[in-house]
Amino acid sequence: MTVSLKPNNSTPEKLQPTGWLKYLSFSLDHKVIGLQYLVCGFLFYLIGGSLAGAIRVELTSPLSDFMPREVYNQVLTLHGTIMIFLWIVPVVNGAFGNYLIPFYVGARDMAFPRLNAVAFWLIPPSGLMLITSYFINGAAQSGWTAYPPLSITTPAAGQIIWILSVLLLGGSSIFGGINFIATIIKLRRPGLKLMQLPMYCWAMLGTSILVVLSTPVLAGTLILLSFDIVAHTGFFNPSLGGNVIVYQHLFWFYSHPAVYIMVLPAFGLVSEILPIHSRKPLFGYTTMVFSIMGIVVLGLVVWAHHMFTSGTPPWMRLFFTIATAFIAVPTGIKFFNWVATLWGGKISLNSAMLFSCGFIINFVLGGITGVALAQVPFDIHVHDTYFVVAHFHYIVYGGSVFVIFSSIYHWFPKFTGKMLNENLGRFHFILTFIGFNLCFAPQHWLGLNGMPRRVAEYDPQFQLINQISSVGALLMALSTLPFLWNVFQSILYGHDAGDNPWNALTPEWLTSSPPPVENWDGEAPLVLEPYGYGNKNLNKTQEQNK
Amino acid sequence: MTSIVPQEKSSESKKNLSEGEHEDFRLFGLIAFLIADGMTFAGFFAAYLTFKAVNPLAPDAIYELELPLPTLNTILLLVSSFTFHRAGKFLEKEEAKQCQKWLLITGALGVAFLISQMFEYFTLPFGLTDNLFASTFYALTGFHGLHVTLGSIMIMIIWWQTRVPNGRVNKENLFPFEAVELYWHFVDGIWVVLFIILYLL
Repeated sequence: MTVSLKPNNSTPEKLQPTGWLKYLSFSLDHKVIGLQYLVCGFLFYLIGGSLAGAIRVELTSPLSDFMPREVYNQVLTLHGTIMIFLWIVPVVNGAFGNYLIPFYVGARDMAFPRLNAVAFWLIPPSGLMLITSYFINGAAQSGWTAYPPLSITTPAAGQIIWILSVLLLGGSSIFGGINFIATIIKLRRPGLKLMQLPMYCWAMLGTSILVVLSTPVLAGTLILLSFDIVAHTGFFNPSLGGNVIVYQHLFWFYSHPAVYIMVLPAFGLVSEILPIHSRKPLFGYTTMVFSIMGIVVLGLVVWAHHMFTSGTPPWMRLFFTIATAFIAVPTGIKFFNWVATLWGGKISLNSAMLFSCGFIINFVLGGITGVALAQVPFDIHVHDTYFVVAHFHYIVYGGSVFVIFSSIYHWFPKFTGKMLNENLGRFHFILTFIGFNLCFAPQHWLGLNGMPRRVAEYDPQFQLINQISSVGALLMALSTLPFLWNVFQSILYGHDAGDNPWNALTPEWLTSSPPPVENWDGEAPLVLEPYGYGNKNLNKTQEQNK
Repeated sequence: MTSIVPQEKSSESKKNLSEGEHEDFRLFGLIAFLIADGMTFAGFFAAYLTFKAVNPLAPDAIYELELPLPTLNTILLLVSSFTFHRAGKFLEKEEAKQCQKWLLITGALGVAFLISQMFEYFTLPFGLTDNLFASTFYALTGFHGLHVTLGSIMIMIIWWQTRVPNGRVNKENLFPFEAVELYWHFVDGIWVVLFIILYLL
């Protein structure tokens, strides 16, 4: 029997070691690479989280007494960079994308397995390089945005290492994006139409388009910035005739879409999880697809709303305000579709569902403050204050990280063949949800009252609120413990999950858990209705397939 | 009406990917990569044009760029695109000797471009760090020159791989040839845009 849609000519089995060692090897199997992304990303999350803890400890008192200001700036920069480039972007795209997309399109592997492995193996060295820069003459101090002239004038070694590491991570992300686009468009199983794909495929397609169009611009910008540091050119150095605003434009042309690179895949993952745990079809599939593409298009033309205080002319402010406010429309469509999916469903409040619902709540709050920030007068008032910090943590932590945890609870049985402990999972959720809101909700108040971000010292009137926020951060840190305990406990002693513990219809559950090397022992199943819950014929067929 | 169809019952289950369809998705991936690469250039161009619009002291007010060498460069690259295309025609006709000859000419044109570019660098009255215009000039042409260098190396590899007895690139395995050809056309296209923006505007 011939194997359909097998992208590479080599047989992966022969190339790969078996057992747990395969996770430390240059594996070409998309499932192994996905889990490599996930575990690697989680280790960096622990590091980035510890740095966040250090920031919160520093901010419990108004003076900079826990660490020197330079160290505070380095910790701040590393925290932002690690969390964005080494945790959220690789995990929501690389980990779940690599694991799920070949299943969803009915393929044996990604389109370019070697490129895929290279994309992953760029991440650990550049991440380690970034962290070791702290010990060599000091890490970068200019924040994750690396605005010149600050990034040109602070000590060069750490900044250059920062640039190099972000360039490598950007390359990894571009390789991944190319791979996802080619896999989703060209490697679909014969008979499967684009509009029959699970929603996560659409989310990854949109995300990958954003990656391919915007990440290279960041790469070019950082190359120019490194010339400024090393060769003393004057692209972004005003004293040599350069222009710092150009850097901001080019930087935000990537870094605004980067927000969607972090949340669009999260949207897709939530759209997979909600129907399964509420036993209902995904509401409004077509509108979901169009809203993703609408977000992609609008996401590329709103970058300058980060620069309302950078002397942008009024016509530009007007355009970017309107375009930004428009993004609320497709996002709102998705929100109402998720609520409609839950409406009247047979909801089981397990850990995956709790985290997804937590995501919906947090994301609405973050979205509302986002619309507020798009308004020029309000933005000028709270620019570079803790209001902005609160807003984007609601989006990227309350949005993406909640979805990552939700997805881990949902797909853990598929990854390992074992179930996670639900009670520990619910405990994890409650701690995370309370800790998260306790940490970031008060920061809105801090920002509205004028506490600037990125400083180690502040006015004593903000001390109480900052301490409340730090307690929240402590709860978030503690919430990691039951999760880690749960994972280790379940891998060692958890009970067997069976192939399809959630009775799901999406294709990855129609194979064994964990799946065999080429995903299916026989031919790939053709799943035309991944959300056909409540369709009796469909459920019968699935029973027969078991 | 069921929607999970076992493969055996599906009418299209017999359809397997032919070699042509394989090349299809590989070229598709390459095009995605070239779009990404093009966006890097687009960022550079945007930066250059903004510098020029915002900063009146910059470029041509100080230096009038000489046109003969870049015009020669443009011709070299456009001719090389044509010769590469010729080489492809001969490869399809399985005339390996002719194909190799045209590939060699293409590679030589690429190298000639690089030499001519070097010559231009030496005759220019400004260095990398002299001012904003000089910096952007060298960044843009240098980044493009890097692409031409990589392209010339790849052409030499392809030239080696199309030799008759043992070459791995032939009518059955066209993809490496097509990939390098697409890349080369892309680099040429970027040069034309660069020439217009940097020298003519």
